[in-house]
Amino acid sequence: MTVPLTNTAPSPAHDSSGEISSASDGGVGLVQTQYRTLFAPPHPLVLECGQQIGPITVAYETYGELSPERDNALFVCHALTGDAHLAGRHSADDRKPGWWDKFVGPGRGLDPTKYFIICANVLGGCQGTTGPISINPETGKPYGLALPVLTVGDMVTVHQELVRSLGIEKLLAVIGGSLGGMQALEWVAKFPDAMHAVICLAAAANLSAQGIAFNAVGRRAIMVDPNFQDGDYYSADGPKKYGEEGPRYGLALARMIAHITYLSEVSIERKFGRRLQNSDHLAYELQKETEFQIESYLHYQGKRFIERFDANSYLYLIRAMDYFDMAAKYGSLEQALGQTNARFLITSYNTDWLFPSSQSREIVAALVKTGRHVSYLELSSVFGHDSFLLEIEQLEELVIPFLSETLRQSRKH
Amino acid sequence: MSAKRYCYSDPEAALVDRLIMDQIQPRQRVLDLGCGDGRLLGRLRDELHCSIQGIELNHLHVVGSIGKGVPVIQSDLDEGLAEIPDNAFDIAVLSQTLQQVLRPRELLTQMLRVARQTIVVVPNFGHWRVRLQLLLQGRAPVTNRLPYDWYNTPNLHLLSMLDFRDLIDRMHIRIVREFPVIRGRPVQRAWAANLRADSALFVLESQTNPQDASSAEPQSAAK
Repeated sequence: MTVPLTNTAPSPAHDSSGEISSASDGGVGLVQTQYRTLFAPPHPLVLECGQQIGPITVAYETYGELSPERDNALFVCHALTGDAHLAGRHSADDRKPGWWDKFVGPGRGLDPTKYFIICANVLGGCQGTTGPISINPETGKPYGLALPVLTVGDMVTVHQELVRSLGIEKLLAVIGGSLGGMQALEWVAKFPDAMHAVICLAAAANLSAQGIAFNAVGRRAIMVDPNFQDGDYYSADGPKKYGEEGPRYGLALARMIAHITYLSEVSIERKFGRRLQNSDHLAYELQKETEFQIESYLHYQGKRFIERFDANSYLYLIRAMDYFDMAAKYGSLEQALGQTNARFLITSYNTDWLFPSSQSREIVAALVKTGRHVSYLELSSVFGHDSFLLEIEQLEELVIPFLSETLRQSRKH
Repeated sequence: MSAKRYCYSDPEAALVDRLIMDQIQPRQRVLDLGCGDGRLLGRLRDELHCSIQGIELNHLHVVGSIGKGVPVIQSDLDEGLAEIPDNAFDIAVLSQTLQQVLRPRELLTQMLRVARQTIVVVPNFGHWRVRLQLLLQGRAPVTNRLPYDWYNTPNLHLLSMLDFRDLIDRMHIRIVREFPVIRGRPVQRAWAANLRADSALFVLESQTNPQDASSAEPQSAAK
């Protein structure tokens, strides 16, 4: 079991319960999601929009042990539809491990025998952290759209408070891809002394107009679904299992569109081509929607998504991405990123057209201009935006030496 | 490749590193183009407390640099220095690479855009052995470190010290210092350098900025 911290008392773990179980797949074995309540009265979170919320529940998982010096903590920021379940399994018969399981484990990119790894569901999410599906203490009903608009800055403030509450003064590194990379960048801008290093994968300092455009279509799909009902679609006796109520078709359609943006022309061609799903011949049936394999795949992705995600939460999170613009918020990228002494590792992917390399290069240019420590690579992959989740070995080759050198340097000073 | 052929000898890397380091002041901001595994930059950081940045194309070298804690941007010098803002560095270093890029003149211009001074180390294909080889054997020169035949050599441009000075004149760049490297040793005032030097180190700066030039002089006098 890798549950080195209890919910109430952070303790640098020396006890044997904190040991890594030798999982048969070389990963982290069994893990549990933990919960912590932050921003309880009289200290609510003041959001960037000016409104307040609190208390906030945060769902998080940890792997490995915090060193006695509390200097080996990594925080992983998940992407748009991720959650706190980074790696391992919740029970022995769990069908799927955590979302970055292959990257986390002894000898892997993020090694729990060396580092204390934290991953938390974002504010506004729907996997345990306070979001639109959570009960509003003032009404006793789910927030729905009564929750104020949230920003990446708000998410990061909650992360930072979680880290503080775990007794960690300074993180060794913050790591994230896509929206997770945006969080990592915002974190170091908002709290420049909070970490020794930032690893930012397939991300950008603002969402491109193209990105906003795709989000607009997804948003529209959800909002025109008759079951959306202005976000007030939860049953009177509380939210049910995902996929059973609310704008199912709209949310599935939003996911189908978004999923295309995570792939590349090459990867779709290789994986599906023009192949038909169940036949060698065209059916000449106009209403058959899953004739090609790629059609069937997208429908499947939509269907799977509504079983695990809340439509309101999706709206909040994509809006947070739309609003993300560091240069606008801090005056310039140099202003935003020039205040920290953290070292940066930045990667982009040559087939990623949602977060193209040009956007990573902007970040790199700002860091060079302000004399920060930055390494940058445009990596080759066919997998488009999803590459950072899939090209594990390529990433490990960089992240392992980067982190161990960061740890070595941080212990020297 | 024929074993008998003269190979232009690459001065020992450590010696060239030393020579380059002698041109750099403590705490300067240094950009190394084609930084390899970060060896030189690591020393500049540890010994001279310089603020460092490398650029390197070779993936294994990039990984090696990261392992040494040397910040490195993976980039092709033929595609320019787009990520590097104007005047971001005091010194830009380009060692044994200028002859390998597609547009050396453009790269020199870029280097002087991003850095106040530029240190360039180039092989001297005017060396008498190279001339002799061409005269007697009628074959193009090949270097030890880059023992390629003409059709697959990374050395796209064969230049002598005189050729290099011609280009510098035409670009209105000033040569602040120059060291011919003869049999592995830098020799500041060598006779017949273009015949005898294996390679040469040049410290360059733009002529257009006299203020910078004057501030650089006391430093060079200290050498």
